[in-house]
Amino acid sequence: MSTDATRTRVMVVPASKPALPPHIKLRHDPGRGRWHVLAPERVFEPDPISIEILKRCDGATSVEEIATELAKDYNAPLQEILADTISMLQELSDKGVIKAA
Amino acid sequence: MNEIAPMEQFSEKPVVEACARAPVGLLAELTHRCPLQCPYCSNPLELDRVNSELTTEQWQDVMRQAADLGILQIHLSGGEPTVRKDLEDIVEVAAKAGLYTNLITAGVTLTRDRLKRLKELGLDHVQLSIQDVDDANAEKISAYKNGLAKKREVGKWVRELEMPLTINAPIHRLNIENLPNIIDFAVEMGAGRIEVANIQYYAWALKNRAALMPTRAQVLKSAEIVEEAKQRLKGVMVFDFVVPDYYAKTPKPCMGGWGRGVMNVTPQGRVLPCHASESVPGLVFDNVKDRRLADIWLNGQAFQKYRGTSWMKEPCKSCPRAELDFGGCRCQAMAFTGDAANTDPACKLSPYHEAFVAAAERESAEATPPPFVYRRMSPTKATPAE
Ligand code: SF4
Ligand code: SF4
Repeated sequence: MSTDATRTRVMVVPASKPALPPHIKLRHDPGRGRWHVLAPERVFEPDPISIEILKRCDGATSVEEIATELAKDYNAPLQEILADTISMLQELSDKGVIKAA
Repeated sequence: MNEIAPMEQFSEKPVVEACARAPVGLLAELTHRCPLQCPYCSNPLELDRVNSELTTEQWQDVMRQAADLGILQIHLSGGEPTVRKDLEDIVEVAAKAGLYTNLITAGVTLTRDRLKRLKELGLDHVQLSIQDVDDANAEKISAYKNGLAKKREVGKWVRELEMPLTINAPIHRLNIENLPNIIDFAVEMGAGRIEVANIQYYAWALKNRAALMPTRAQVLKSAEIVEEAKQRLKGVMVFDFVVPDYYAKTPKPCMGGWGRGVMNVTPQGRVLPCHASESVPGLVFDNVKDRRLADIWLNGQAFQKYRGTSWMKEPCKSCPRAELDFGGCRCQAMAFTGDAANTDPACKLSPYHEAFVAAAERESAEATPPPFVYRRMSPTKATPAE
């Protein structure tokens, strides 16, 4: 793909709309009773908050909207949740687990 | 062929806890046939013949059993898995069973149509191995003409079909100086991931160790190159760097611990704790033709023998790292010390460590390394390495 020649690191910002690319799979494993993220040669085991974030990565919802929802659900300050969400998604973006457009 | 990193996670909990009951990955060596002849191939010296390979139905059944057992990822490997005409039928069943499917290929026997079909059937990821990015060198290493040009084409198809690509680059004396170009090649191919995998010296690689071993200085330099590239390419390409343990101080937790995270099925259906474990005497390898995969995993003699830490001798037995590295690699302990229950000689606490390091230093310093013994089907029984 021609876009690959100019690939650069994507920075996650509040307006980013993150999504899981088709080859990354968030799956519930009934045998082990936990969620996994299946990625090339990797299996990640996200913690509960990461799972909640990943479930909302649908390519339509912005990081800010995700954080707002979570702040409500967890009854926590938005700025804190937003900062944590961004740093987590940035890490995942760097690992190729999410695409933040 | 390469190491599998069985598990990584976001949380801090040790990975082993999560997968003590069921394996995470299964390496399916669909065949030992391969048009290439890499002198470091991880297949055993005595290769399984085509007429002894499992049938399509048997492999499909392995896939279903694997999913039932809780395995998450299937690595379709070989030899060269694409020489099996029924690869599509196996992938289809694996994907339907919910397994994450990874094709580990040298690429030279693939066509675009086949790749497209495999994608449609649910193939999740392609790992393409390269020998070098210098044509003449690549040819010398693989004993195969024009492989690199073909690999370039395959990489292009993978990306055109919007599939994720990993470039697997086994690193050794003959190509270590080309590492920057190898990394550039992977970027150029659009790979999301690269494995810079220093050769691990088992099987064919052990036989060819003196021809493949890089110097300590080369290894240190390569680690610097990887570190720099990793920073520069952050968010563009993920790096996996496998260090050569001859120059290490502590061993790697081989396979994430024996019988802990992964299992391996040979072309004939023998189930192994790791691909080199047939070099360890005294192990009984069950076959999927005779026994259920779950039963083999839980109760098979070969899996039980070195599982956990109770089999350990000193210095591992009382070492605080026992649960971290599980005493390293049993196959390497066997090959170098003559007893698989010994500490891996890669560990500085092993009484064999000095001799182990000295062997690497001596061999890598030879001005003219010995010629390769290429990976070939032997007409007669092969002799075990060292
Ligand atoms: S000969 Fe080379 S390409 Fe073929 S299976 Fe072995 S390492 Fe892979
Ligand atoms: S003594 Fe055994 S357990 Fe301890 S670091 Fe060495 S190999 Fe690992």
